[in-house]
Amino acid sequence: MKIKPVSGPHHNVNRGVSRIMLHVIFALIPATLFGLYIFGWPAVNLFVVTIASALLFEYLCLKMAGKPKTVLLDGSALLTGWLLAMTLPPWAPWWIGVVGSALAIVIGKQVYGGLGQNVFNPAMLARVALLISFPVEMTTWANVTPLFSESAPDFSAALQITFMGAQLPDALTGATTLGHVKTELSLNHWLPESLNSFIDGRDAWLGFMRGSLGETSSVLLILGGLWLLIKGVISWRIPFAMLFSVWIFASLFHGWNPAQYLTPWTHLSSGALICAAFFIATDYVTSPNSAWGQLVFGFSCGLLIFIIRTWGGYPEGAGFAVLLMNAATPLIDHYIKPRIYGRNRKGAPLEVNE
Amino acid sequence: MINLKRLLRVRGGVHAEEHKHATADLPIQTQLPIPERLYIPLQQHVGKPAEPVVKVGDKVLKGQLLAHSQGMISAPVHAPSSGLIADINFYPAPHPSALPIRTIVIETDGLDQWCELKPVDDPFALEPEEISMRVGAAGVVGMGGATFPAAVKLNLGRKTEIETLLINGGECEPYLTCDDRLMQERADAIIDGVRIMLHGLQAKQAKMGIEDNKPQAIAQMRTACRDFDNIEVIVTPTRYPMGWDRQLIRYITGEEVPAGSRATDVGVLMHNVATAYAIHQAIREGKPSVTRVVTVSGQAVASPGNFEAPIGTLISELFAHADVGESQVARIVMGGPMMGEALPHSDLPIVKASSGLLALGADEIKPGAEQPCIRCASCVDVCPVGLLPVDMANRIKANQLDAAVSIGLKDCISCGSCSYVCPSNIPLAHYFKYASGELIGRQQAQHKSEQTNKLMQERNKRMERIEKQKAEEAARRKAEKEARDKAKREQAEAEEATP
Ligand code: SF4
Ligand code: SF4
Repeated sequence: MKIKPVSGPHHNVNRGVSRIMLHVIFALIPATLFGLYIFGWPAVNLFVVTIASALLFEYLCLKMAGKPKTVLLDGSALLTGWLLAMTLPPWAPWWIGVVGSALAIVIGKQVYGGLGQNVFNPAMLARVALLISFPVEMTTWANVTPLFSESAPDFSAALQITFMGAQLPDALTGATTLGHVKTELSLNHWLPESLNSFIDGRDAWLGFMRGSLGETSSVLLILGGLWLLIKGVISWRIPFAMLFSVWIFASLFHGWNPAQYLTPWTHLSSGALICAAFFIATDYVTSPNSAWGQLVFGFSCGLLIFIIRTWGGYPEGAGFAVLLMNAATPLIDHYIKPRIYGRNRKGAPLEVNE
Repeated sequence: MINLKRLLRVRGGVHAEEHKHATADLPIQTQLPIPERLYIPLQQHVGKPAEPVVKVGDKVLKGQLLAHSQGMISAPVHAPSSGLIADINFYPAPHPSALPIRTIVIETDGLDQWCELKPVDDPFALEPEEISMRVGAAGVVGMGGATFPAAVKLNLGRKTEIETLLINGGECEPYLTCDDRLMQERADAIIDGVRIMLHGLQAKQAKMGIEDNKPQAIAQMRTACRDFDNIEVIVTPTRYPMGWDRQLIRYITGEEVPAGSRATDVGVLMHNVATAYAIHQAIREGKPSVTRVVTVSGQAVASPGNFEAPIGTLISELFAHADVGESQVARIVMGGPMMGEALPHSDLPIVKASSGLLALGADEIKPGAEQPCIRCASCVDVCPVGLLPVDMANRIKANQLDAAVSIGLKDCISCGSCSYVCPSNIPLAHYFKYASGELIGRQQAQHKSEQTNKLMQERNKRMERIEKQKAEEAARRKAEKEARDKAKREQAEAEEATP
């Protein structure tokens, strides 16, 4: 018996990168299906276009870089496309999806050298770039028109909306909750009336309201996130720190002046926040490595989201907040490291206490 | 059953697949046929190799001294069975390199006849120094794999007046069940060994940590120590590497051993359960350390089990006994799968440190394809030391060893937890071992070049000195010659002047 010696461990669990990606996608399915259902065929079209183009761009990049095509199967491009599609306005034209995918895959990921090398979360980078470049398309929010309901566009009408640039009649669109609040506040209308006339709390949690394709249903997103937690794919640190900080700041300001500041629950029931907390800020590549680093990262994300939502120019701040903190991640990783056994935080050996 | 306050002290670690079921319920088999030949390496411990006191052709009895220890840190070696000394020469060591090591070969006579033993009836009447002396003379070393001579450790503990003796019954490596079986079947002997150690150390109390996946061992040990207030069994969570001494020390005592210090600096000393058993045998029965319990397991083993085998038995013989299907063996590992060493072939002897022999099948070792790091931080989460494996590996890949050292490479204990969990199948621990080896090589090279420099300088100085001497010599001669010439001239002048 002759065997080549190799060093241990001689045995491991083959989790694999694609397994992780597939877990995340699996967790996204309920919220996605719900979004596709309430926004109908145009949303389905956009979703398919976005994911297909993400895979296509990934394929082209791999080909150009001379990397093996099997990398396409690691699921990361699929996930990036999926996440991007979820954050787009559901009735956006097809080219929004294509441009978004190009931005995410090419600029957001491959120019850095592919999986694991990028600084910014690709989906968020694309979303924010789209929002700045195409403010109209990116802020046209379709009404809730469940598939097969009377108000819903049928398949051919949907093709018109997605591919032919059909003008959306004003009656079919409107503002999101946070967008509405922002407008009202800028008109000096105080919160309680303007909100009460606008939303129903339960619908907000369940997701029967205007919003991004897959981000309206907080409840389903939370379910998916919890499932990822149970499966050990993500840790609790970033999502909880993030939700906690939004909650604490919103509570403080709301307690101080309820007329001008939204309740913490309105903040939390925004699907974009939940989606960012569980699925986007937790992106391994662009978040810190150490436990404390992750807490700081999550907390800061939450704080930034609150600031942007409350005083910034955009009604939703999740994308900007996550990108800003992505940029800060190398810094966090540099300054916050786990303490080494038997050493203090500075790396010097502990004192022996007699 | 697990104390929450203690649980918070545990850092990192992995829930490794246990693979213990194959052998956990199998009693220790003691009736192995005696191998025809035993190969006893003279170095089975940390420290200097032992020096033979027998010669080829001598007849030896089981337990007879074959080689005595040399120097402060060393351990003697005894005959594991009776027979003739067939050879004293270099044979491959049970090590990944299988480099030759000095080995005594015994041709057994099948009688397995003990030499005259000197059992002690009342060890507690002995002086503490006498205990360590006897333990040392019996060749007991750390049986958990550390192989540090037990007597040296006992002396150190006594001198530093440690308070608590910790007994490691963790056996956190997957597959291995030898300690588990020992605790289940020979609990009284182990507790006796612990008491003897306490006496030898003059320490107050002993605490034994056992992972909660061994309920029977815990029950047996608790029963065995119920009459002794100063011995306590503490249940630990099952989480590799719980058996890392510093992790267990922290779990049980709450103390953290400072970097670069010894466990005794925080008042504790740790021994393995198998060592406690060996000490019991050495003192109570006078039997030196000549056998050990080995777990033989793995996918390629048809009848796995726990075998009490003489030291020096060839692995191939144990494998034959356990019906190892040779064609299915993809890798042979001595020790556990996490930290054990892969051996190049099975014609190597078992030694005092061999807790397990694994014949792993291709499925068990199949490495996943290496993928790019996705910075998932799993490796950071599981590192029991609190290192950043991903960053260290990146620096090593970029050939920046010093940068890797600056973030803690030297504190890495090579436990392999990081490699185990990495979803991208990056062999992190392998990088660290490689880098550590590289560092040692570098140090040696530096040492060597320093030495050469020193020699060069000395030589230069010497040459200078010689040159100087030569020059002085020449100058003196010149001066003498001149003086002589002058004297001659003066004489000549004087003669001329004298009419
Ligand atoms: S576990 Fe592997 S993939 Fe994850 S951060 Fe560490 S090295 Fe990278
Ligand atoms: S091998 Fe080293 S770096 Fe990896 S987990 Fe163990 S101690 Fe940490």
